[in-house]
Amino acid sequence: MARIIAGVASSHVPAIGAAIDNKQTEEPYWKRVFSGFETSKEWMRQTKPDVCIVVYNDHASAFSVEIVPTFALGCAAEFPPADEGWGPRPVPVVKGHPELASHIAQSVILDEFDITVVNKMTVDHGLTVPMNLLFGSPAAWPCPVIPLAVNVVLYPPPTGHRCFMLGRAIRKAVESYPDDLRVVIFGTGGMSHQISGPRAGLINSKFDKAFLDNLTKDPQKLARIPHLEYMREAGAEGIEMVMWLIMRGALDDKVDEVYRFYTVPASNTAVGHIILENRAKGAKPAGKRKAAPAKLKRAAARAKVERVHS
Amino acid sequence: MARGEHDYDDIPGTFVFDQQRSRQGYGINMFCMSLMQDENRKAFKADEAEYLKKFNLTPEQTEAVLTRDYNRMLELGGNIYFTAKLGATDGHSFRHLAAVMTGSTQDDYASMMLGGGRSVEGNRSKSGRFDKPAGVAAKSRAKTAGARKAGKAKAGSKPKTRAKTSKKSKK
Ligand SMILES: [Fe+2]
Repeated sequence: MARIIAGVASSHVPAIGAAIDNKQTEEPYWKRVFSGFETSKEWMRQTKPDVCIVVYNDHASAFSVEIVPTFALGCAAEFPPADEGWGPRPVPVVKGHPELASHIAQSVILDEFDITVVNKMTVDHGLTVPMNLLFGSPAAWPCPVIPLAVNVVLYPPPTGHRCFMLGRAIRKAVESYPDDLRVVIFGTGGMSHQISGPRAGLINSKFDKAFLDNLTKDPQKLARIPHLEYMREAGAEGIEMVMWLIMRGALDDKVDEVYRFYTVPASNTAVGHIILENRAKGAKPAGKRKAAPAKLKRAAARAKVERVHS
Repeated sequence: MARGEHDYDDIPGTFVFDQQRSRQGYGINMFCMSLMQDENRKAFKADEAEYLKKFNLTPEQTEAVLTRDYNRMLELGGNIYFTAKLGATDGHSFRHLAAVMTGSTQDDYASMMLGGGRSVEGNRSKSGRFDKPAGVAAKSRAKTAGARKAGKAKAGSKPKTRAKTSKKSKK
C-alpha cells in the first residue's frame, strides 16, 4: 500500500524563482532565504520519496478568469513550466504520476470532493519554486509529482476546514493504492503577505508563528480560521495559507516537527517553511509493527528539533 | 447593480477580488492575460487606447489602465496577478507595483520590507472595531500592546520601518 510519510510547507514567492534563475542565490539578501532550506534539501535527499503531491495555486498562468476550478488535480504524464510573461522558467518538465493521480481523483470524488481532473496543464512558480527549495536545481526532478492546484485568487477560496478534510480524503485515497509508494505532500504559498492595494507590504510575524505552532500541534484550530481573519491578520494574499491545511489534513493527528524556518522578507512576503513527519515513517504498515513507547518517541523528536534549530 | 456590503470591506487599503469584482473586471483581466504574448505586448505598446478597444472596458477602466492607476484597476475588478502582467509589460516587478500602490517611493518601500514589513497594528480595521488581534494570533495580544503604540504604519501613508525587525530572520 502507498503511504504519506511526511508533509512539507513552503512559501512560493516568485522572486525566489527569479533569484535562482538569475543566479543571485549567493547575494546576502537571498542567501538569508536559501540558507534556511539547506537542512531541508538534505532531509529530502535522505527521505527519497517515490512521489510528491504538491498543493499550490496557479497565478493567472494556466488558468485565467475564463475557468476557475476550486480544486484541480493534475492527472497528466507531464506538466511543462508555464510562460509567466518572461518565457518559461528554466526548470525541468514536471513528470506526473497519472496512475496514482487518477486513483486519487476516483477516490476523493466518491468521498464527496468534486475536484476537477486536469489532463493538460502548465505549472507556474507556485509549484516550481518549492520544488527548487527542496530539491535544488537538478537536470531532472528526482520523482514524479502530482500537482493539485487550488483557487486562492478569486474570492472565496475553499475554507480551511474544507481543505483540511480534502487532505484527509487524499490520505485515504493514497492508502488504498495497491503499490508500495512513499509519498510526501507539499502545502505551498504564504505566509503573511499583501501585494495589492494601499496596504501592500503587510507582514504579521506573530500570526505566522502561531500558525506554524498550531500546524504541528493543533491543526483543527487552524481549520476554523475564517477567511476574514486571514485577510485582516495575514494580508489579502496571506489567505493562500489554507493550502497548507490540505497537506496537514493528509498527515496523522500527531506528527513530529523535524524542521522549521522563517524569515522576512522575500520581496513582499514572509517566508515560512516547516517539515512534519508521520510517526510511522520507515516502519511496517500499522498492525505488523511493534509500537515504540510514546515517551521515547517524543524525546527523540525533541532532540531532532533542537538539532535542526541550533 | 450596486456593490453589496461585505465583512472584508472593513479591511483598510484592500480590494478583495470577489465574485462581483471578477465579473466587473473580466475585460481588464483578459486584457492583462493577453499581454502574456509578445506580439500582443507590441500591439498594445504601439497604440494602447486602440488595443484596449478589443476588451469591452468601461471608460473608467480604460482610463485606469492608460494612466496605470493600479489601485483603481483593482477597485474596478482587476486582480493583482493579472495587472502585474501589465506591470511586467512596462518592465516592473511585483515589488515595484506594490510600492506604487502604497504611494511610497521604491526606496521607502524596500526599507519598510527589510524592516519587517508593514505592521498589522493600526491596519486591521477601518471602523476601528477590529483593531485587536483575533483568533489564532490572539494569545500574543498582551505582548503587542506596546508595539501598537510604537510602530503604526497606516495603509496608504508614508511607510515607517517597524522598530523591531523579526528576530527569526537572524536565525
Ligand atoms: Fe501564490
